[in-house]
Amino acid sequence: MKLDAKIPAGALPEKWTKYRSTVRLVSPANKRKIDIIVVGTGLAGASAAASLAELGYKVKAFCFQDSPRRAHSIAAQGGINAAKNYQNDGDSVFRLFYDTIKGGDYRAREANVHRLAEVSGSIIDQCVAQGVPFAREYGGLLDNRSFGGTQVSRTFYARGQTGQQLLLGAYSALSRQIEKGQVEMFSRHEMVEVVMVDGKARGIIARDLVSGKLERHSGHAVVIASGGYGNVFYLSTNAMGSNVTAAWKAHKQGALFGNPCFTQIHPTCLPQTGEYQSKLTLMSESLRNDGRVWVPKTKEDAKAIQEGRKKASDIAEADRDYYLERKYPAFGNLVPRDVASRAAKEACDEGRGVAPTGLAVFLDFRDAINRLGKDVISARYGNLFEMYDKITGDNPYETPMKIYPAVHYTMGGLWVDYNLMTTVPGLYAIGEANFSDHGANRLGASALMQGLADGYFVLPYTIGDYLADEIGTGKISTDGDAFVQAEQIVTERQKRLMGIKGKQSVESFHRRLGKIMWEYCGMARNEEGLTKARDMIRALRDEFWSDVRIPGTMEEFNPELDKAGRVADFLELGELMVIDALVRKESCGGHFRLESQTPEGEAKRDDDNFAFVSAWEFNGLEGDPILHQENLEFEAVKLTQRSYK
Amino acid sequence: MGKENIGLTLKVWRQKNEADKGHFETYKLSEVSTHASFLEMIDVLNEQLIVEGKDPVAFDHDCREGICGMCSMYINGRAHGPQSATTTCQLHMRHFNDGETITIEPWRAAPFPVIKDLTVDRSAFDQIMAAGGYVSVNTGNAPDGNAMPIPKEDADEAFNAAACIGCGACVAACKNASAMLFVSAKVSQYALLPQGQPERKERVLKMVAKMDELGFGNCTNTGACEAECPKGISITNIARLNREFLSASLTPGH
Ligand SMILES: Cc1cc2nc3c(=O)[nH]c(=O)nc-3n(C[C@H](O)[C@H](O)[C@H](O)COP(=O)(O)OP(=O)(O)OC[C@H]3O[C@@H](n4cnc5c(N)ncnc54)[C@H](O)[C@@H]3O)c2cc1C
Ligand code: SF4
Ligand code: FES
Repeated sequence: MKLDAKIPAGALPEKWTKYRSTVRLVSPANKRKIDIIVVGTGLAGASAAASLAELGYKVKAFCFQDSPRRAHSIAAQGGINAAKNYQNDGDSVFRLFYDTIKGGDYRAREANVHRLAEVSGSIIDQCVAQGVPFAREYGGLLDNRSFGGTQVSRTFYARGQTGQQLLLGAYSALSRQIEKGQVEMFSRHEMVEVVMVDGKARGIIARDLVSGKLERHSGHAVVIASGGYGNVFYLSTNAMGSNVTAAWKAHKQGALFGNPCFTQIHPTCLPQTGEYQSKLTLMSESLRNDGRVWVPKTKEDAKAIQEGRKKASDIAEADRDYYLERKYPAFGNLVPRDVASRAAKEACDEGRGVAPTGLAVFLDFRDAINRLGKDVISARYGNLFEMYDKITGDNPYETPMKIYPAVHYTMGGLWVDYNLMTTVPGLYAIGEANFSDHGANRLGASALMQGLADGYFVLPYTIGDYLADEIGTGKISTDGDAFVQAEQIVTERQKRLMGIKGKQSVESFHRRLGKIMWEYCGMARNEEGLTKARDMIRALRDEFWSDVRIPGTMEEFNPELDKAGRVADFLELGELMVIDALVRKESCGGHFRLESQTPEGEAKRDDDNFAFVSAWEFNGLEGDPILHQENLEFEAVKLTQRSYK
Repeated sequence: MGKENIGLTLKVWRQKNEADKGHFETYKLSEVSTHASFLEMIDVLNEQLIVEGKDPVAFDHDCREGICGMCSMYINGRAHGPQSATTTCQLHMRHFNDGETITIEPWRAAPFPVIKDLTVDRSAFDQIMAAGGYVSVNTGNAPDGNAMPIPKEDADEAFNAAACIGCGACVAACKNASAMLFVSAKVSQYALLPQGQPERKERVLKMVAKMDELGFGNCTNTGACEAECPKGISITNIARLNREFLSASLTPGH
């Protein structure tokens, strides 16, 4: 297989404009004859489904929740970036492009990222027109803030609920097309297989989660917009249902998987308190604008805090280590996520953590409150402080928050070309489900931007290039062999799962997988641990397939069966992540190989040997996956070692 | 508070499917951590049931952060339980006492039929939204985001209404199963913004007609919806909805 990213010729700033005006079109009369399946209704899927339907395509959209409005995008808090330069602080398309490439530690494709920056402004316009209530200044114009360590204010936000408001905007556009009959919506449906006909993606098998029945759906193209796979770690900031199943089935049908090991660990999450814990909660990164991160200088003080003998306020100023300010004087508490996360882990590994588990650091607002007053802090973070109080029972106005890094986002995903098509003809991937744009580390407020860019402004154009050849195809029957066989495979798989009748719950396997991933493929990775992890995952997978217990039957509403299918896929993905991490013997962005550090203990990239995207081909579970490399060429930016000192 | 672990008796509504009559089942849990969330407590129960070879309790949930609107339990006679402005997933066990009996039921409202146990079908809300809960603007048509300044107070008030998570607690809490708070939140968001003006009248008429068609009851101003709404959606939105509806109905042509 030869990887062709299909990057258009021409100078970087002109590629998209030129391509957009020359890409093949489908006439309105022909669009009516074309069916498109969109799996997922988050920001990426809902915006794509609505925009494609507006253009005249017939769309079928799927989500596993009870309503498209509940996709995990709803939970995004902080904001969305756009190169509007409304603040006149020198922002530009180039600067957003540059920040994204650099933030991603030079492991993303220039052409895609530049396009992302180019369309970012239109996203804001579109959302405003839909009635998204963005934050505004007293003059009535849109407000911006600086986010995640950038030096310009380009983040648009709607209080702490930006994702919710953007998703409700996309959902409203989707609803309008549902009412018009242009989109047929299938809620509480889970895609469980891609159907291939003559080497092209031609449809899906979906499970109606209420009745348990399998359904066949055909389309001239299939778009995967199923979100990220952070839940492979069990504990993450993702919603409980977030999963890799749709992307994984696509992978097993021939779509290459890009950079699976690139995971983002977010530094400001609530620490775990017990075994029963089901997820971790993100506290917005904006808190680092005013909060100071610290741990006690000595292990003795830390131990006293862990055991409840001392409180934060008992530690004198001189005995506190504001380690981010100490190590990174230029950026201080605002260093990028990966750097902040690793520093927290280091402090806790040294025994200086501040929770009973030893796994937490303080985020302290005392100085900000003294400097600015409680009212200002409350106006900025009131809702976050309340949320913290609600969950932990502690009041952050009086005592510092306790935070710890948690898995938050997956930069890896299905490999796509410039058109956002996977290596399977007719199969597309958008939003967090693809690997595009963020390289080895994503900047804050850039995922919402990417999801909506893909759905509103990129895919509706690029998909025409493929569909122009499909106008004569006609309606695709679901009675053909391919559909019958695909459905049979799914039935067999479910029967096998139900037939195990073992002793352990699905959840317990998921939790154990998460522990392996976190321990060996989390914030710091090395050859020995990864090698061990691979064996452990394989053994766990075998145990799962011989001892999992799924109550109920296949022919009914059965959330345990749904979960079992997802965990079965995580047990396969986990191994691929470990293999990918093993092969990438460099550190970059969120991927930190202990073997590859600078003398100061910072991530050390190896551009000579690793300036490529790893794109993995599925090769059976017994065999080793096959690595393909997309070499990254940089024209517009110069590769430098990131430094936040 | 004080105790780290508590013991509980749970009376949980079990109903195999829509057709089943349903009944309460009693379970005992010991050693529930007070740091756990309500849903994590149910997870513990389900783990126990699965290991014992029994059928776990089906319930809706996803984000567990109080924002997706998926969780929906009626706890001790209150939608989302005893804490105000709190979704079930954000409710923590430290608000319960050792030895307490907790009664857990699904949302009960005719337009929300039970699917299984505590899971109900809220697709009626999607239908109301599809009837008019949008601004008709195709992708690509939009003017510059700052072309139209919007007074901050209007934007803020629109936001307050837009914060609705579509959970349905308002309907479950209302003795008439009225969806007025939910509908009024959407109608208000758009009525307060310039973008919503062109379709203002049509929107309210269509959404209200759909709401009636789907069998939601009338509003008799008991205020239960506002009291139980986890997002603090104000009942003044209902007053605005009534005004909007009246003025739209009086417009010639409708
Ligand atoms: C707590 C939190 C806060 C965040 N804050 C920010 C922020 O401030 N700014 C920012 O830019 N980014 C943020 N992010 C990241 C961002 O929210 C996500 O990356 C983005 O929303 C993903 O959008 P999506 O459309 O790709 O996927 P999702 O929104 O996850 O949607 C996935 C969709 O796919 C469906 N689906 C999945 N599998 C299947 C299947 N097998 N069959 C059928 N349907 C399926 C689901 O039902 C859902 O509709 C945050 C993430 C988290 C977790
Ligand atoms: S108005 Fe409140 S209670 Fe009703 S659906 Fe919205 S958030 Fe839930
Ligand atoms: S699970 Fe999302 S609001 Fe409770």
